[in-house]
Amino acid sequence: MSAQFVQFLLTGLTVGAIYALVALGFSIIYNASQVINFAQGEFVMIGGMATVWFAAAGVPYAAAIPLAVAAAAAVGLALEKFAVEPARGASVVTLIIITIGASIFLRGLATLIWDKQLHVLKPFSGDTPIVLGGATLLPQSLWVLGVSLAIVLALAWFFGRTLLGKAMLATSNNRLAAQLAGIRVRHVLALAFALSAALGAIAGILIAPIAFTSYDVGVMLGLKGFAAAILGGMGSGAGAVVGGIVLGIAETMSAGYISSAYKDAIALLAMLAVLFFLPSGLLGRRGTERV
Amino acid sequence: MAARFATPRAGGMAALAALIALLPLGLRNDYFYDVAILVGLNAIVCVGLNLLVGYAGQISLGHAGFFGIGAYGSAILATRYGWPPLAAMLAATLAAAAIAFAVGRPILRLRGHYLAMATLALGVIVYMVISTEDRFTGGPDGMTVAPLAIGGWALRDPRLWYWVVGALLLAAVWFALNLIDSPTGRALRALHGSEVAAEVVGVDATRHKVMVFVVSAVYASIAGSLNAHFSGFITPAKVTFLHSIELVTMVVFGGMASTFGAVVGAAALTTLPQVLTPLKDYEMMVLGAVMMGTMIFMPRGVVPSLQALLTRRRDAAAAAAAPAPRPGDGQ
Repeated sequence: MSAQFVQFLLTGLTVGAIYALVALGFSIIYNASQVINFAQGEFVMIGGMATVWFAAAGVPYAAAIPLAVAAAAAVGLALEKFAVEPARGASVVTLIIITIGASIFLRGLATLIWDKQLHVLKPFSGDTPIVLGGATLLPQSLWVLGVSLAIVLALAWFFGRTLLGKAMLATSNNRLAAQLAGIRVRHVLALAFALSAALGAIAGILIAPIAFTSYDVGVMLGLKGFAAAILGGMGSGAGAVVGGIVLGIAETMSAGYISSAYKDAIALLAMLAVLFFLPSGLLGRRGTERV
Repeated sequence: MAARFATPRAGGMAALAALIALLPLGLRNDYFYDVAILVGLNAIVCVGLNLLVGYAGQISLGHAGFFGIGAYGSAILATRYGWPPLAAMLAATLAAAAIAFAVGRPILRLRGHYLAMATLALGVIVYMVISTEDRFTGGPDGMTVAPLAIGGWALRDPRLWYWVVGALLLAAVWFALNLIDSPTGRALRALHGSEVAAEVVGVDATRHKVMVFVVSAVYASIAGSLNAHFSGFITPAKVTFLHSIELVTMVVFGGMASTFGAVVGAAALTTLPQVLTPLKDYEMMVLGAVMMGTMIFMPRGVVPSLQALLTRRRDAAAAAAAPAPRPGDGQ
């Protein structure tokens, strides 16, 4: 393996971990409510921008980051309560327009509270690169990979071992049956939005020191997170992680070896290819639709 | 019904024609004409998009892509290669139709969210190509476009453009209304209701969906070409995802499955930013709030909701005037 290849692999893994977090957010909301939340990318933006804002106000990272994540989770809750819940049972097109409307609204709000400038967040632990087999790795990349891994493990534990997590899974399998078994389905929905918003915000905070953050950073990251979720199989947690990593590496490799002009198109082409030829994704359940 | 117009369709066409004819009385300067022309062009796109979204029930979040293919196809052929603008426009329209036809079959197999994301991806890919291939398109800075010339005579005066766009809008509406009333239109509505049921009674769902997708792409492409020639300058801003969203919002705001609703939606949301110019900072928030509010409180859109209200009122009035009011119809 050449040093260059290792370099692309490491960069791809870092970016892929971010896509995986965003994809997990899509999957959690989709499982709980069958809604694709087009405002998912805005949580990423809120995480990054709010942290920059708190940090600029002199709040240390240890407080600024939880505050930013909490702010995003609050926005997620509000989105569920004021935009998705009132349209319960509406058609797919209606829900799509509502969540897109929410994303545009949030982006507009961000330009009012903050601005339209590019911001960069100071890395969590310096920016002295670590040399690894001829390739260099930023300490921030280790943060991205470490935190993402921890989150994936925590989510696996949450959905596999805790009562609340199982209640969420039960709701996604059969809403009515879950309700009859005594699960408060509305709370599960709210929790799904808050959890997925928090995941998006964490992704936005982790990537902000490497890539810039700005009011419109959520559009592309949201789209790529969705592409990752589709690639892995919508609704599958493991699929979201695999999809994110595969997409991140594919994107970095093609940018490095072929051309970087169409780097952002790779995710979209991959998504279209999966939708056309493998609609249930790499790890998704093969399902048939009832008429 | 008979007391009002022969049919709502003829009445609507007459009302639209009258509105287009009388509107110039209120257009005080070139700026007003510019806005009116923009409304007309957006309305043409929306009438086409409404066939797809409102009647066939297939969402597209990528129609700015077809608008862009029309605009840039026309611009590049007419300006860089010196084609006659009408020929360039025709070629661009054919290109948009061919692309829509080629991707239509695999894309329209998808449903709901997947269809939304796939069309979105298609639109964004067109945007990326346009802003990257700067040798042809001028990249993000845009390019100048030759005016619409027929023979040696160039169409430049906004007052003339107004009548051209007005006539084309009427033609677009007329064609859409005829399509809706044809067997094809009934097939489209059938597959909106239930695709399986439609196939059971013999409707070739895929063929009809692809056809209406191509028709809506042609509408968008023609409007794109006209927009490029009219403004003399085109940038990728007209091809963004946001523009696709604005187009869909116009359709659902005016009212899905209502051709005149699409025109009303285009008019409302095109003039809104002009009215909001002093509040430029709030423009995005207002657009987002309008989208959410319409969908939550008036999911059928403005025109169908008003129509339902008027019908209820008239029924109530008729019931009050009649000697024996029908039960349950009182004020």
